[in-house]
Amino acid sequence: MNEKAKKTAKLIFPSTVTLVIALTMMTGCSKREGGTGSEQRFITIKGSDTMVHLASSWAETFMQQNTDIEVSVTGGGSGTGIAALLNGTTDICAASRKIKNKELQLALQKNIHPHEIAVAKDGIAVVVHPDNPVKELTLEQLSKIFTDKSLRWSNVGGADKEILVLSRESSSGTYVFFQEMVLKKQDYMQDAKLMPATSAIIQSVSTDKLAIGYVGLGYALAAKDKVKIIAVKADDNSPAVMPSDQTVKTGHYPIARPLFMYLNGEPQGTVKTFMDFCLSAAGQKVVTDTGYVAVR
Amino acid sequence: MKAAWKEKAIRLMLFATASTSILIVIGIFVFVGKEAGQFAVKPGLKELLGSRWMPVSFQKESFGLLPLITGSLLVTALATALTIPFGIGAAVYISELARPTEREILKPFIEILAGIPSVVIGFFGLVVLVPLIKSVFNLSTGLTALAGAVLLALMAIPTVVSISEDAIRSVPASYKAASLALGASKMQTIWKVTVPAALPGIVAAIMLGIGRVIGETMAVMMVTGNAAIITASPFDSVRTMTATIAAEMGEVAFGSIHYRALFCVGIVLLLATFGLNIIAQKFLKKYRMG
Repeated sequence: MNEKAKKTAKLIFPSTVTLVIALTMMTGCSKREGGTGSEQRFITIKGSDTMVHLASSWAETFMQQNTDIEVSVTGGGSGTGIAALLNGTTDICAASRKIKNKELQLALQKNIHPHEIAVAKDGIAVVVHPDNPVKELTLEQLSKIFTDKSLRWSNVGGADKEILVLSRESSSGTYVFFQEMVLKKQDYMQDAKLMPATSAIIQSVSTDKLAIGYVGLGYALAAKDKVKIIAVKADDNSPAVMPSDQTVKTGHYPIARPLFMYLNGEPQGTVKTFMDFCLSAAGQKVVTDTGYVAVR
Repeated sequence: MKAAWKEKAIRLMLFATASTSILIVIGIFVFVGKEAGQFAVKPGLKELLGSRWMPVSFQKESFGLLPLITGSLLVTALATALTIPFGIGAAVYISELARPTEREILKPFIEILAGIPSVVIGFFGLVVLVPLIKSVFNLSTGLTALAGAVLLALMAIPTVVSISEDAIRSVPASYKAASLALGASKMQTIWKVTVPAALPGIVAAIMLGIGRVIGETMAVMMVTGNAAIITASPFDSVRTMTATIAAEMGEVAFGSIHYRALFCVGIVLLLATFGLNIIAQKFLKKYRMG
């Protein structure tokens, strides 16, 4: 090797090494086999933060009965879960909303066929400060509260004060569901405060007398000493309904949603065993124990 | 000549590790730029100039960056205004006036403040600071730009204190001696001679502090209310660029317009911190040479 070549090699070699390291780090995000063979001993569930507690309770109970199978549960959000399903990095995706058309198209491009199973139901409770005199609201009033900046508490039967509107972040499945179901697909007003977590909404509603927010039924019932749950009327002529297991299950409480698990294709092997367990009597008892509503 | 060869090999390996960070910075620019570039192609960069950030909508999704940029600017400006007097005051006291024992107590505490995880500071903000701001200023809610700014100032102050203190200490003793010999008092010497002489270092410290502030995410996200509105009032809620990325990245559909818009936010943020760092480096160089 002559001098010049040596010099070039000296420059090229280290840069190549670092480049290779950098590239492995970037592409290294594992693409594991979404294998559904009966030999599978390890199931991953990823998705909705709303469902993490439920999914891990299922996993725990399931692993007690099937000691040779391991189920791991991670959150991140429904969108994250669906993205993972599309990339083949999870076996099961937990989602608190239906898969979007765009995501479905993307899935078919990647030759993945999302199979939807409704596993539980969740009611969304509207909460206010305990001192707030307002007891019940219609869906229409709720929609106005969350979209119209000029609305005051006096417009819906309260004191003549402004309304402090609290919402979940736009990344939350609950945000989208509330927007679709209650706001009738209108945009939230821009002044709405977007809180990063359910606990932050409970915390704020329990200290701010003018606040209104929405949280999953399980969280609302757990915090019922700190916040007041509003009874909701579907329209002016229907009765006001308090959210509860019973009213969500029968469909009388108007703000309720199904919770889903998405798989790639029909359930098979170990994943099928797990899904069958979730929908069994024992599995649905876990649902009620964790504060959600059973579907079977 | 085996030893020489070995030495060369070690040299190469060290060079490789040293150049890694350059490659990573370039890699980040390329990958973030690639996603953001696709946004420029499809809906076009004009979309980013709007004053509405409403990425999840059944009506019309809008990706106007103005409320996010003004939100970040407002919080950063307020935090800087709070940081400067506290940071410089503390640095002057520790370097010029404190007794050695005082210094030994003060310095570790300021360093501990720097080490507190930002989520913990954010939690403290949500539970203590937000209700406090609400009652002190008689607001309907304490979830405001001011709350975010106070928390950010808490995080920036340690950086500013330790770098400014370093700058003030390295002012040559002859300057101070000359000033004192001319009959100036101790305070006059500090404010008229020492601090001005250390100014480039102090400015660099503030720049680095702002760099930390503008990139901070968790604490801000927990206390500013995150409403994407354009405002100049410290008592309004704001949504910063960092909070937007952190809050929305988790749920966004891969490859969607919203996904790419978030990368555009990232580019703006990257350029802002990049610019601040370059300015800070300029000032640091000046003070090291002077």
